[in-house]
Amino acid sequence: MLNFPEKPKTKCLVYLDHAATTYVNEEVKAAMEPFFSDCFANPSSLYAIGREANGALNDARRQVAKILHALPYNIIFTGGGTESDNLAILGVARKHQDYGKHIITTKIEHHALIHPLVELEKQGFEVTYLDVDSQGFVSPKKVMQAIRPDTILISVMYANNEIGTVEPIAEIGREILKYRKKHGTEYPYFHTDACQAAGALEIDVEKLHVDLLTLNASKIYGPKGVGVLYKRRGLQIEPLIYGGGQEMKLRSGTENVSGIVGLAKALELVQKHKNTENTKTRELVRYFWGCIQKEIAKVWLNGPEIGEKRLPNNLNFSILDVEGEALLLYLDAYGICCSTGSACTSISLEPSHVLSACGLPYEYSHGSLRFTLGHCNSKKDIDYVMKYLPSIVEKLREISPVNLPLDFKDNKHSQYQLK
Amino acid sequence: MTAKTAQIKDKDGNSWLYSDIVREHFFHPRHMLLNSEDFDLTGYYEGRVGSPACGDEMVIWVKIDNEKISDCKWQTFGCGSAIASTSILAEMVLENEGMTLVEAKQVTPQDIIKRLGGLPPRKIHCSILGDQALQKAIQNYESQNK
Repeated sequence: MLNFPEKPKTKCLVYLDHAATTYVNEEVKAAMEPFFSDCFANPSSLYAIGREANGALNDARRQVAKILHALPYNIIFTGGGTESDNLAILGVARKHQDYGKHIITTKIEHHALIHPLVELEKQGFEVTYLDVDSQGFVSPKKVMQAIRPDTILISVMYANNEIGTVEPIAEIGREILKYRKKHGTEYPYFHTDACQAAGALEIDVEKLHVDLLTLNASKIYGPKGVGVLYKRRGLQIEPLIYGGGQEMKLRSGTENVSGIVGLAKALELVQKHKNTENTKTRELVRYFWGCIQKEIAKVWLNGPEIGEKRLPNNLNFSILDVEGEALLLYLDAYGICCSTGSACTSISLEPSHVLSACGLPYEYSHGSLRFTLGHCNSKKDIDYVMKYLPSIVEKLREISPVNLPLDFKDNKHSQYQLK
Repeated sequence: MTAKTAQIKDKDGNSWLYSDIVREHFFHPRHMLLNSEDFDLTGYYEGRVGSPACGDEMVIWVKIDNEKISDCKWQTFGCGSAIASTSILAEMVLENEGMTLVEAKQVTPQDIIKRLGGLPPRKIHCSILGDQALQKAIQNYESQNK
């Protein structure tokens, strides 16, 4: 018989999937509240409550601009991170295609970035997808080597959503500036998707040397369906949505005032508390990984080692000989929420493109689990997971016909070193 | 926080995930071969399909007496429905004192899906492996007992 651990008497919820989305912070909720039914007017209306809504909108814009070290009219509010990425990519491509049709990016970007690029390829654009190393890092040198005279845009994510790799954005940005100066050109422009980074890292666009930056509220304890695209002054882009001309004519449609106010509040809070939160979560992640290594045999850390170059809340590892979706379903039975890079949970039935780009063989990707911690998590949550995960793994291994070597070298993937 | 019991629904309002039967077999699989038990597979015929790189690998061992399957064991590396479908296949094969080889050869993926009370469409490839493993095991028996 296969006896799984007994379930707790009262079912607990241990949410460890904050990279998927976060709950909305109470303070953020309170800031949003007045804009649902009290100050509900259209910010374009001239009467008092319209002006009030407009005031709140522009306060939010200034607040976000200040954190990004930008000017208020460089802040475009959108319908989320995906829309911001689309606006950046398609907006630049459509406006500047007469100059060139080449774009550079990496193999580990979010689908919100890869898919608009795939569409552009169908329309005659050329895209270079840069390789990353085994921990997911892109080399600034390789970025620069990929630039051609017709390159109009470079897009590299700030931090990876699956494995937490923090990319050297400032370094790449500086190199691009040097290139432009040397060649007397304004191209290529530089975009970064900072959706995962905004909650933990500095997002000063002057220090990052980016022309465009994407972030959204739903990853930083704000509401879903609202995002920002920062766009450097003077950079022309084509809008995706036409209409009443809101957001400097770059994103028409009545502004989502409550959402925007919530985003600004959420961004302010995460940025204000990032240092204390980062230290706390990184220690928890370190503790978690320590427990995993101690109690589960044949585990493999995906992404950079736990430290400055990895998002503090991210833990992604592969458990060999078992499959991620099965693990996920068992964990769910105990109220534990996390993600996997296994093919079974993807629509394409292909395992994670990020893990594959890092050189992880498919059979290792299928057993990957991603835990992303949040502000509310404590050691108690980790201990709760550790109460069940090791025995779930043990049971699944009991019925697994697979016995993979832990070392990739035995599996002809020599670029990997044992950590 | 206290967890809620919620069903995932598709756009037509149908439950997206697994049927109760799938869940039952997933959480309480039957007739599997445990790696820790010292089970003697002498006289059993093996059928192995899939690979860990594909995300699913299944092995079925059958014992055949008088053209009837008298025992069946299995192991699966794969997702929830892969585990459940192999478990229910073993149950199907063994009930009513065991399927005859003629019957066993006629088991289709649809039979397994039906017994499971349906599967989400994108999960169907998993259960197709189970019957292939069974056919391979029978082929093994037949080629060795001609």
